[in-house]
Amino acid sequence: MKRFSVPILLVVLLTTLMGLAWFEVIDLYIQTIILFMGINIITSTSLNLVNGNMGEFSCGHAGFIAVGAYVSSILSVALFTKSKTFGAPLLPPELAAYGFPLVLICGGLAAALTGLLVAIPSFRTRDDYLAIITIAANYIIISTIINIDTIGGARGFMGMKRVVFAMEKCAEIPWMILWVFIFMVLSILIIRRYMSSTYGKGVEAIRQDEVAAEIMSVNTNRIKLVTFMISSGLAGIAGGLYAHTIGYVNPKSFDLLKSTEALVMVYLGGMGSISGSIIAAVVFTLMLELLRPLQIIKWVAIPLLLIIIMQFRPEGIMGHRELSDIFPRLKKFYKFK
Amino acid sequence: MTLLEIKDLTQLFSGLCAVSELNLSLDERELIGLIGPNGAGKTTVFNLASGFYQPTHGEIIFQGRNLAGLKPHRVSALGIARTFQNIRLWKEMSVLDNILVAQHFQLGYGLGSLFFRTPRYLKRERDIRHRALELLEIFKIDKFADEKPGNLPYGMQRKVEIVRALASGPKLLLLDEPAAGLQSTDVTELITLIQWVFDQFDLSIWMIEHQMKVVMSLCSRIAVIDFGRLIASGTPSEIQQRPKVIKAYLGDDQL
Repeated sequence: MKRFSVPILLVVLLTTLMGLAWFEVIDLYIQTIILFMGINIITSTSLNLVNGNMGEFSCGHAGFIAVGAYVSSILSVALFTKSKTFGAPLLPPELAAYGFPLVLICGGLAAALTGLLVAIPSFRTRDDYLAIITIAANYIIISTIINIDTIGGARGFMGMKRVVFAMEKCAEIPWMILWVFIFMVLSILIIRRYMSSTYGKGVEAIRQDEVAAEIMSVNTNRIKLVTFMISSGLAGIAGGLYAHTIGYVNPKSFDLLKSTEALVMVYLGGMGSISGSIIAAVVFTLMLELLRPLQIIKWVAIPLLLIIIMQFRPEGIMGHRELSDIFPRLKKFYKFK
Repeated sequence: MTLLEIKDLTQLFSGLCAVSELNLSLDERELIGLIGPNGAGKTTVFNLASGFYQPTHGEIIFQGRNLAGLKPHRVSALGIARTFQNIRLWKEMSVLDNILVAQHFQLGYGLGSLFFRTPRYLKRERDIRHRALELLEIFKIDKFADEKPGNLPYGMQRKVEIVRALASGPKLLLLDEPAAGLQSTDVTELITLIQWVFDQFDLSIWMIEHQMKVVMSLCSRIAVIDFGRLIASGTPSEIQQRPKVIKAYLGDDQL
């Protein structure tokens, strides 16, 4: 029974959310915030893998989110809808509901490959250099998108709402809640399985003493590449979900500000803590919405928050611990590590 | 049988000659020492032998295989393990995890089986964990399995580091000043431990050590280097008589 308690809890949570949305108990605005929470959970846990567990400093997470968002958007719009850019749908739109997860995964793979391209040169260096290279990569990705006119350039790319409508033709359920939830759970599962394996513990070893790791038979270069690819691939999936949630992507929304948001979530939650990153993503998404009336001042408040975290609780909410470390009773049901 | 052969090994650090034309060989099942004054290049020799540096000149042959161009993790997989002068355990991981990670070379599963938790993955993980626990038990430190190494006394950390090195199944164990920072009672214990490891495991041990008590009571042969050059080699009692060795340690003008 205990073995199944977490899956049961997740199914109950999912059906409740979908039921609430279906019976229109919660309006579209609240639904969107819930979707953003799920997406942000993927973003923060995936960045946490590189910044928290591996101890490298990647600042360009939004670049990979952008790659995933654009690749999956272009694919889904071209495959399932009629659009000015790509003409008639290549596949019958009824397939949208089944094709969408595949499209998302393609976006994730594209982002993972981009991650590999960034990682190969940058892991020859360390620390500050990786930060600089990832910032540069973020800008390169955005400028590339801006300069491709076919996909809208600086104007952005739209049409993903029609994909969601096409899915609703298949069955009238809140599809996005379903997909975001499934992929959020999958991402956490992937990260948890990775980090709890002996292979993944090599990542922790690299953070604590890279020289010792290499000498104790850990293939540090390969692990760093694999970890970075997993991290950027999951960011790509988050990007695809984000694009289909708001139905419109603009290169501007994936600039350094977005990367900073991801960093704030990781540091708020606590380095190397999966449950910390999840809590932080939820808290941060709520905070962004609550601070919305402040408009532009919001972007004074949030960096200020980062400074305050660094000053008074540099280890974040959880700080290398998991919920199950703080409440040992949880271990009976679920261990994050 | 020769286990490790060092031929004309030279290491330059931008002009500074840390190791110079060193020739040395080590047989299977041998326990030898490497001594020399501070800055003589002892640790550099170990760094070269574990693949951490690539030699400027010369070669290192381990079990008939040239180590040139091999990364440290490959060298380690071939069977050379080492400990460090200043203990380099992964301090925020449990002792057990430290031993697990040292078996990285023999994981035997891919990422696919990791994510899908295939029977193969589960079996390999079980085997690795079993081996780690077995090692901890042999050394009677299984009660510390879940402790973080940082919380253990210094002598115990040394022991854990030696166990971690043994976890990678070495044919050659390099010990870099194992007695550094230990109290004299711990040193006696360490001597027993090293002798025990040498008797129980099928390996050779090569150690750098400053404390003569350790070297003299353990090593069957000692190599002395000074300024990167081999100045003497022989049994402990032979070494003590050599004028060159006395000169290297005490200087020219003897009292």
